[in-house]
Amino acid sequence: MVASAKTGPPAIQIEGLVKRYGALSALRGISFEVQEGEFFGLLGPNGAGKSTAINIIVGLTRRSEGKVSVFGHDVTAEYRTTRRLVGVVPQELVFDHFFTVERTLKIQSGYFGVTGNEDWLEHLMEVLDLAAHRKKKVLELSGGMKRRLLVAKALVHRPRVLILDEPTAGVDVSLRRSLWEFVREIHDQGTTVLLTTHYIEEAEQHCQRIGILNHGAFVALDRTEKLVRTLDEKRISLYLSDPLSDLPPRLQPFKGVLGEGGRKLTFPLSREDGNLRALLHAVTESGLGVADLEVHMPDLEDVFVSLTSRSVREEGEPAIGR
Amino acid sequence: MNTSTGYLSVPFRTLLWREMLRFLSVPTQTVVTPVISAGLYLVIFGLSLGDRLPRVNSVPYGVFIVPGLITMGLLNHAFQNTASSIMIAKFEGNIVDVLVAPLSYLEIALGYMLAGVARGFLVGGAIYLVSLPVAGGRVAHPVFALLMAFLAASTFALFGIIAAVWAERFDGISAFSTYIIVPLTYLGGVFFSIRALPPPWGSLALGNPLFYMIDGVRFGFLGASDIPPRASLAIASLSCLFVFAFCVLLLRSGYKLRK
Ligand SMILES: Nc1ncnc2c1ncn2[C@@H]1O[C@H](COP(=O)(O)OP(=O)(O)OP(=O)(O)O)[C@@H](O)[C@H]1O
Ligand SMILES: [Mg+2]
Repeated sequence: MVASAKTGPPAIQIEGLVKRYGALSALRGISFEVQEGEFFGLLGPNGAGKSTAINIIVGLTRRSEGKVSVFGHDVTAEYRTTRRLVGVVPQELVFDHFFTVERTLKIQSGYFGVTGNEDWLEHLMEVLDLAAHRKKKVLELSGGMKRRLLVAKALVHRPRVLILDEPTAGVDVSLRRSLWEFVREIHDQGTTVLLTTHYIEEAEQHCQRIGILNHGAFVALDRTEKLVRTLDEKRISLYLSDPLSDLPPRLQPFKGVLGEGGRKLTFPLSREDGNLRALLHAVTESGLGVADLEVHMPDLEDVFVSLTSRSVREEGEPAIGR
Repeated sequence: MNTSTGYLSVPFRTLLWREMLRFLSVPTQTVVTPVISAGLYLVIFGLSLGDRLPRVNSVPYGVFIVPGLITMGLLNHAFQNTASSIMIAKFEGNIVDVLVAPLSYLEIALGYMLAGVARGFLVGGAIYLVSLPVAGGRVAHPVFALLMAFLAASTFALFGIIAAVWAERFDGISAFSTYIIVPLTYLGGVFFSIRALPPPWGSLALGNPLFYMIDGVRFGFLGASDIPPRASLAIASLSCLFVFAFCVLLLRSGYKLRK
């Protein structure tokens, strides 16, 4: 299923992972694998369990049940091995505020057993636009700079797996772009990436496969294009010159929906049948005046909303967080 | 890029270095203040009241009290160092850096502990220097004194780790300090020989591990003690090992640190 020629153990392997906080099940037995060299996205609304899964991989949270391994090494039994293989950008901005940027990276390198990596640290500060701030104490940095410093910290030991828990929250547009360029570069060099984000376009753009979590279980897990295709939600909307109260009988087979006080008529368009001609023909025959039209292409956001809102409705919770 | 050197692991040395940097960057709090307060004790007990207070084991009170004061400074600061460092790291969230690093639980305990010991020795050493004009600075068995001081500081640095792991707020640390550390120190014979205590307290003091540590340090300094030095060494070593083992197990369990 996954396009990977590698035969070694998966970079991340999770099987039947359960995490309970008292009565709450934050993860209800999820299973997935991330192959070496893959760019995998973990999406889901607030509280879905994304950070919980990540924290279990890096050892911040203890699992209740299930198997979690990194390159075939169990994250608890062989934690010293797995932690050297993984770099994580945590969701929370946490630092030793009294140290400078440079010293922060130096200490972080030491924690991961690396010395003599000055050139690499220099490179990291350069590409993450931190070089000019190297002598600043962390408490003097802006939020976006801190986020970039977190990314640099995660990479000091050149991990084989990079885990990003909402790396772009609070980062401005141009820096976000350079951050992605950098992450892609690292990925191209062979690093496996596991990403969570609430910016769905980012996930769609970068991730080869995506898992969508909702209430601690996967509601989707597939290759990104396939996921987008499953919904097949290409739609065409016609803006009518005269409002309609009912759908003309001639148009009923096309499953049109009236909106905006009868001024907007929306039809789903399935890709296969190419029924656009028939539809347009029917519209003309019905004698409708069309003032404007709009074609809506499906994107991951639609998939996300349709999959995660289902159980939101069932459980009567407020709107999903974005 | 090297990934390992020597047999003390780089992550361990980094933790130790980081912890020492932390207290060295605030020297006023960590060293100057305790030296001033010890100096005051010495002025009051050694110089002003000293002549009127009875000799203890034929040693002038001003001399008798020095090892006690040194040990007290040592213990308090070893405890304070680990407790406040971990507490602050928990509050700021940067404890995560240590929790996700490839550090063994033994290394975490040892790293924090040794930094606490270093701070304790810095304070203890400074108090010793301050005491020179009053007590003359004679140390009968320096190696023994250092060994006992190390055991005492280690034990209390470990208490600091345990307290900080357990405490959810700074109040918890103060409570630990007020209800456990302070009574243990004061009833451990910092200011007096336990022979001077009335009946129940004298025997109760024998159940206080700190008593053996203070008595041992005092033997190191004065060459005289309430308890045979070997006995205090044995009891102090066992207490320290016990607390160390407990601390490592606590860290391994993930109690309150890993959700
Ligand atoms: N320490 C904890 N104690 C109790 N419950 C917790 C704890 N940490 C997380 N939870 C709960 O576990 C569930 C999953 O949380 P998690 O942080 O994994 O969500 P998330 O998918 O990362 O959400 P977000 O997008 O908001 O970061 C939530 O219901 C949360 O309230
Ligand atoms: Mg999260």
